[in-house]
Amino acid sequence: MEKTDLTLLIGGEAGQGLVTLGDLLAKSLVHAGYSILVTQSYQSRIRGGHNTFAIRVSREAVVAPRESVDLLIAMNAETVTLHKAEVADGGLIVADEAHGTETDGCLLVPYQQLVETRFANVVALGVVSVLLGLDQPLVARSLDDFFGKKDHEMAEKNRQILTTAFDWCDQQTVAFEKLPPVAKPIQRMVMNGNEAIAMGALSAGVKFCSFYPMTPATSIVLNLTAQAGRMGLVVEQAEDEIAAINMAIGASFAGAPSMTATSGGGFALMTEAVSLAGMSETPVLIVVAQRPGPATGLPTRTEQADLELVLYAGHGEFPRAIFTPGTVEECFWLTRKSFEVAAKFQGPVFLLTDQFLADSSRAVTPFDLDNLEPIDPGIETDASSLPYSRYAITPSGVSPRLLPGMTKHLVVAGGDEHLVDGHLTEDLNVRNLMVAKRLRKEQGIMEEVVPPEFQGDERPDLLLVTWGSSRGAVLEAADQLRNETTRVGTLHFSQVWPLVPDLFLEHLENAAKVVCIEGNVYGQLARLIRRETGFAVHSRVLRYDGLPITPEYIIRELRD
Amino acid sequence: MVTIEDYGQYETAWCPGCGNFSILDAVKSGLVASELEPHQVLLVSGIGQAAKAPHYLNANVFNGLHGRALPVATGAKLANPDLRIIVESGDGCNYGEGGNHFLAAIRRNIDLTLIVHNNQIYGLTKGQASPTTMEGFVTKAQPEGVASAPFNPIAVAVAMQASFVARGFSGMIDHLAGLIEQAIAHEGFALIDVLQPCVSFNKVNTFAWYKKRCYTLPGEYDATDWQAAMQMAMEWGDKIPLGIIYRNQRTSFEKRFSVLRHGPLVGQDTNLAELKKILEKFA
Repeated sequence: MEKTDLTLLIGGEAGQGLVTLGDLLAKSLVHAGYSILVTQSYQSRIRGGHNTFAIRVSREAVVAPRESVDLLIAMNAETVTLHKAEVADGGLIVADEAHGTETDGCLLVPYQQLVETRFANVVALGVVSVLLGLDQPLVARSLDDFFGKKDHEMAEKNRQILTTAFDWCDQQTVAFEKLPPVAKPIQRMVMNGNEAIAMGALSAGVKFCSFYPMTPATSIVLNLTAQAGRMGLVVEQAEDEIAAINMAIGASFAGAPSMTATSGGGFALMTEAVSLAGMSETPVLIVVAQRPGPATGLPTRTEQADLELVLYAGHGEFPRAIFTPGTVEECFWLTRKSFEVAAKFQGPVFLLTDQFLADSSRAVTPFDLDNLEPIDPGIETDASSLPYSRYAITPSGVSPRLLPGMTKHLVVAGGDEHLVDGHLTEDLNVRNLMVAKRLRKEQGIMEEVVPPEFQGDERPDLLLVTWGSSRGAVLEAADQLRNETTRVGTLHFSQVWPLVPDLFLEHLENAAKVVCIEGNVYGQLARLIRRETGFAVHSRVLRYDGLPITPEYIIRELRD
Repeated sequence: MVTIEDYGQYETAWCPGCGNFSILDAVKSGLVASELEPHQVLLVSGIGQAAKAPHYLNANVFNGLHGRALPVATGAKLANPDLRIIVESGDGCNYGEGGNHFLAAIRRNIDLTLIVHNNQIYGLTKGQASPTTMEGFVTKAQPEGVASAPFNPIAVAVAMQASFVARGFSGMIDHLAGLIEQAIAHEGFALIDVLQPCVSFNKVNTFAWYKKRCYTLPGEYDATDWQAAMQMAMEWGDKIPLGIIYRNQRTSFEKRFSVLRHGPLVGQDTNLAELKKILEKFA
């Protein structure tokens, strides 16, 4: 049987250029027409430690990582020891001759004879490219794109090393089955989840972002910062997360579509201001890129354990929306949608992602920007009735929004309970009217909710329910189970709040067995579904060891 | 022509005799003297008795969380540099809960005026020590007397070379209004620490206590001399200096963002043709 896909795993220590090697390979593979899915695992340190960069590659679309490795590229001896057992039958280890006692199933590269140590990753790029059957000019182009503009001399040096590596590897006899080539490669981008969130925000018209650095959210903001001049936005690194969200609220009050991005610990500091955004009815997007807690937890690994934190964050009661993208494409589209919902319903909106998706580069069909518009920020240019009242009572609960300083009318907003004109009050009848007004917005949010995505067999024996980045692993596990004759359905939530039971309850009730699959210890979505619908899922597959859920993991757990 | 009437007259929730009344009057006078119309002004405050002040005059208002007025104001200024922003809150809000934001605002030199109603006590929560309460001061929460040394906001601001550092006294309204006018005119971060009595909870630092000690800096005092200012900032006790203690010319924060040379962010289009080019780097 012809091989349909393979997984390559690059391992080594921080500082060896693994990510550069991985990114260059990823780009070259996509240029050659393959689909890819990257999984990065790294430690919380800048040098040393043990890091890996895995690429699953296929001619068909790939949606999830796999556990077994076909090509292990060991940049140090430790990588061989740690990952040898994961290498599949017919797999190959590419190791440094200088480390090598291994001989079986091993290609030993004489790095030290070929180049200086610091260029070892470029040699590895060449060797792996030959093994995968990539053309040298195609790989050289990726290398040029990476180094070309920075330093011509460096680019030339890298090209020479690539040639050296190709020449050396071409002369080796290696038993490794390549993937068949793609006949007509279509043009696609290589983009990870965080990049897609940043691009989605730019397309929506984000004008302000304040943040405090925190893994794995930081790269979202760095991608915005890099384009701040060209796209006309202000990005500010605040003194702490509390300042970050309050600045975003201030900027939004003054008219700039605003966002902040953080992870669980930083978000915990922001929660009082989430409540302020709810009370003052100020649009703001808060991206929470999850990593394992509690406290500092495993700072560079992945988890889906902050659904409840985000759902309940902020004292008091106010409407909110929580989007949970399952793919890189959804990171783009749901970031746009987040800005839209925030502007339309004037309050806090959340985008909940995680380290796995944040760092997972994939082949993405270019977004059709020609048919897109920035999001309407929902700002009026004059008062529709006088005197202008920021919190005018309306049937939808949404009050016309003017900006301070842009008209003669005064805009008064804040966190105290207020009269329609925004000034604070302790009139308890007004209190009731204002609570009802704010909560009416929830109806509007529900009407625009992203329905959960159902796939597979109707009336299934087994329904796999999931949310966020675990989508791909669930889809693939379902495919595999279907081959084993079970009728399997999948239900993925790209928005976990508000839940609209009419959009999914029937699917739950029509399945013989419902299993919820989540990257946390409680089964937080399962608990939420029960709270909102009374439906108790029959069992749960949970993962909380810091690694992404894989199809193999799901199947193993289901069989236990 | 802007008049004091444009800024309105409202009922307040303050105790009779509170220093806040005088500060409110001085703010209005300062705004009128600056020829600013209410719609050009944004008042941002936190929580506390002082933080209610923006509700008692006509202007745009954002009344946010305890300690967080400065970040909200910073965000608003960066979104719309045309707004004239005054942050008004108490000593607890700015020097306690919001201490980190106070330091950051000085470092940024964001163009706004911070008026701190400093009565050396927590009023709204009924008489606990604030960061500026004097050592040994007895309260229900500090029955053995305040054990920490008081925070000296003027000395901290001068040490950090804040671009405008002044002290006023609620008992000298015209002097205070003059400081507010100059602070508004100043391009950059301007701190006015305003001493005020709390008639309900501070029986030590009373109107008479301040009146006896406060004096205005003489005309020959050079507020641009940093070392002299540092010395002046440490003067506290029998004599308390009022006036502009230190000032310098630093580029204000919002001027450092090239994007803001094109005016408020809200008026700037989103250029999707440019984004299309940006996306090419992912190809």
